[in-house]
Amino acid sequence: MEPLVRGAGFHPAINHDSKWQVGNLPHEFTRRGALRLVALGGLSWLTPLAQLLARDTDSTKGGEPAQSLIFVWLAGGPSQLETFDPHPGTMIAGGTKAIKTAARGVFIAEDYARLAEQMGDVALIRSLVSKEGDHERGTYMVRTGYRPNPTVVHPSIGAICCQQLPIGNAELPRHIAILPGQWPALGGLLGKQFDAFRIQDPANKVPSIAAQVPEPRFQRRLDDLSVVESAFARGRSRQARSTLHSESVDKARMMMSSEQVKAFDVNLEPAELRKAYGDTPFGRGCLAARRLIEVGVRCVEITLQGWDSHTNNHQVHHNLSQTLDPALAALLVDLRQRDLLKKTIVLCGGEFGRTPQINPAAGRDHWPHGFTMLVAGGRVRGGVALGETDSEGERAVSQPHQVADLHATVLTALGIDPHHEELAPIGRPIQLSEGQPIAELLG
Amino acid sequence: MWARNLLFVGLCLAGLATLGANLSPAHKPRPRSDLRPATSPAEGFGATVERVNAAFRADWDRRGITPAGRADALTLARRLSLALVGTIPSVEEIRLFEEQPSERRLEWWLAGIFADRRHHDYLAERLARAYVGTQDGPFIIFRRRRFVSWLADELSENRPYDQIVKRLISDSGIWTDHPATNFVTVTIKPDQGTGPDENELAARVARAFLGIRIDCAECHDHPFEPWKQSDFRGLAAFFGETQQTFTGIQDVAGEYKVEDPASGKSETISPRLPFQSELLGTSAQCEGTPGESALIADERADLRLRSKLAAWVTHRENKAFARAAVNRIWAQLFGRPLVEPIDDLRPHGDMPPALDILADDFVSHGYDLRRLIALIATSEAFTRDSRTDPALPEQEIAPGDEESWAVFPIVRLRPEQVVGGLLQAGSLETIDYESHIVTRTLRATRQNDFIKEYGDAGDDEFTPANGTIPQRLLMMNGEQVHDRIKESLVANASTQIAVLAPNDAKAVETAYLAALTRRPSAEEAVHFAAVLANMNDDRNRNQRLEDIFWALLNSTEFTWNH
Repeated sequence: MEPLVRGAGFHPAINHDSKWQVGNLPHEFTRRGALRLVALGGLSWLTPLAQLLARDTDSTKGGEPAQSLIFVWLAGGPSQLETFDPHPGTMIAGGTKAIKTAARGVFIAEDYARLAEQMGDVALIRSLVSKEGDHERGTYMVRTGYRPNPTVVHPSIGAICCQQLPIGNAELPRHIAILPGQWPALGGLLGKQFDAFRIQDPANKVPSIAAQVPEPRFQRRLDDLSVVESAFARGRSRQARSTLHSESVDKARMMMSSEQVKAFDVNLEPAELRKAYGDTPFGRGCLAARRLIEVGVRCVEITLQGWDSHTNNHQVHHNLSQTLDPALAALLVDLRQRDLLKKTIVLCGGEFGRTPQINPAAGRDHWPHGFTMLVAGGRVRGGVALGETDSEGERAVSQPHQVADLHATVLTALGIDPHHEELAPIGRPIQLSEGQPIAELLG
Repeated sequence: MWARNLLFVGLCLAGLATLGANLSPAHKPRPRSDLRPATSPAEGFGATVERVNAAFRADWDRRGITPAGRADALTLARRLSLALVGTIPSVEEIRLFEEQPSERRLEWWLAGIFADRRHHDYLAERLARAYVGTQDGPFIIFRRRRFVSWLADELSENRPYDQIVKRLISDSGIWTDHPATNFVTVTIKPDQGTGPDENELAARVARAFLGIRIDCAECHDHPFEPWKQSDFRGLAAFFGETQQTFTGIQDVAGEYKVEDPASGKSETISPRLPFQSELLGTSAQCEGTPGESALIADERADLRLRSKLAAWVTHRENKAFARAAVNRIWAQLFGRPLVEPIDDLRPHGDMPPALDILADDFVSHGYDLRRLIALIATSEAFTRDSRTDPALPEQEIAPGDEESWAVFPIVRLRPEQVVGGLLQAGSLETIDYESHIVTRTLRATRQNDFIKEYGDAGDDEFTPANGTIPQRLLMMNGEQVHDRIKESLVANASTQIAVLAPNDAKAVETAYLAALTRRPSAEEAVHFAAVLANMNDDRNRNQRLEDIFWALLNSTEFTWNH
């Protein structure tokens, strides 16, 4: 049973006064800032010193690992070519153009103008390879870092965060899925208590967190319940206790009365900020994600559906970018302004990429042989793009990385040992991840 | 003018009445009430039950355990309905149950379950999880629903278990026309060739049908069992000929090659069995029931590797097969396998005597699943109470008592059972295949919605676990529970009871029967009588009845099998 610790006098940091401006970067002196300054001024001879300075600031930034994860899940498999890995001017681009970003030398698809401004904080792994080209299996692969296996259910990365990271002050479920798709994130061998708690559009009330009846009547119901419970316990009190049923009722009750429930309510945010995230369920989901990690939720997954563009790929991707670009950019800015980006890892991607070749229906099909995942936050190095996919559409990928490497990297950035072993029910030890952390990203 | 309006209204009403009459045919008597259970004492049934009981008694004596008393009849009926139908008895069924002479009640109840389509569906779904898992699987070539409904059909005809398994392993053809082939097609990876994944199939065959975990040997020799990597590959090689073709699953003779992960070299693997390989090809000699002879004749001519494997797996002398089946059915009934884990019956380990007694009976009585279920359900182990006598001063039940089946184990209900119970508790009438189509459709939708929120248990069928907080929240505050108990026009149980019960005591009793399949204890009766007393206002009284229902549905007793 997941223990819930009630934090004394803890209230969610809800700051109504924060001035909100998208694109207005805080001018902190960072390694990237230094490098950019150097690059801008053409003072290349200063580079070693700048690097030294940068390293210094990096260490003063604190080696504290990140504490939470926001996983922006693009369900259906987004096309790398129309998002984070464009190949403008080639046959495979099909006309998709690229734009410059805040990261020197990193170009992304033209639909992502707002995100482009934030790329200084963002790393792209463009060379992920997997063997799973089916939605269900691919989703499992990217969520867990393992191929599906009939003998064991591997935990999704959000479940690992909840199990491995300190419990902190959260009175809410610490693994939350917003707008979840068909295959929910599971605790697997770590236990059902780490399954994601699922909510829909945060504009609506969170179902089942508030009682259906007024408080006095609810209290009466609990009194009635205790009568039924003691009748059941007679003659089997040890067994009845070992079910932990009453404890779970108490904890559910605690959650219902927690102040933190407000973290689900995005209407408490200023209108301007809500607008920046976008007036969409997904935009509200991203905003709710920020509010939730503020109260100590360890992993929030927000799903944006509809990327499975077997027909009309470019139009599908353009339409979705209108939702994704503002929300993701606003999330990164918002996290940075609240000084949360250092403590939060942001991931964005789907179960695989899409074929470089465009099919006769103007669509792209499944392609697990080279796709992109976006990583930002914590001590992940920003402003870089790792690996390259082939501009002719071949399978060759430079610097290929397994999905497991992504997992090992994210876990390391969260201060979790990826090679820590948990025992599967069949008695086999299983590592949290079998991948290797990507050194270039962890600086 | 008013005459015309009246005529119009009249016509509408007549139309509605016709529609209503067509949609809801006159209430037919339920088949359960006129069921005549097979009272002719099945051959050797009593003797086998007695041997199973003796085996447990000897164990209890050896451990110095006094077993719990016999559970009351309603508790047993509830256990059986949950285990075999995935829901709880309705008040309607309870009334019929109690009309039966007390010594015949359980037999009558079990016969009703065996004739109930809901039982076939439920057991088929449970078994399917061991056979094909819960994945949606490869689209187009895998139809999970088709597979489960085929399995349910087989169970409804009480097809011998060995024949079902033979079909699963060796059937050929298109997955829609020959639904058993979905056992094979589920392992096909569409982007990786046309063949099924023979390793996955070998692992499934070993676990689901033989109760052994040979799949660790996929990559290396098993660390503490005799399985060698060559055993695993040899087993997988039986599926080496199998291909997905235009005519569905077919076998094409050829060599089976695999790449050795260590050396990277390709080597030819010949089919090989991990144990008792002398049984291979001898199945035709075993005597079968007359109906079986055609199948056996087919087999004699059938030289496909899969058919040979199927004959070996289901061979009378392959003890692992019968043991695995008994252990699985036992787990189905108790919520806990006789030997844990369910698919790890070490062939050379010590097995409880009851497992072998039941396995031998299963083999010598034509792999009759219903007989096996009835044997277990009649045994002393199944009919033990889950507590010490409440009238006596309580003695702690030691953990060992539960392990040795001297007291019925308390096991958390599966999500399907919780929602099954919830939906049934919300209605006094039985919701089954006799119910109105609208009722059944609603039930199916509600069940799916609920499980989505509550969380499916996945393939993992019998791992002990406690409930989660979101599950509690869903039961305490969820819309579904609220809708089942609130005052409603489409009379649910709480509304019906409020209106129909002649007095407060009867109202409370009916609520207990609907939700917990028992009558309230003296203390509970006193408490709730006081709660309902002096309620002059109907609305308040109805609300209090809703509250009682809420408390019952949120109790440990409702959520755990006992």
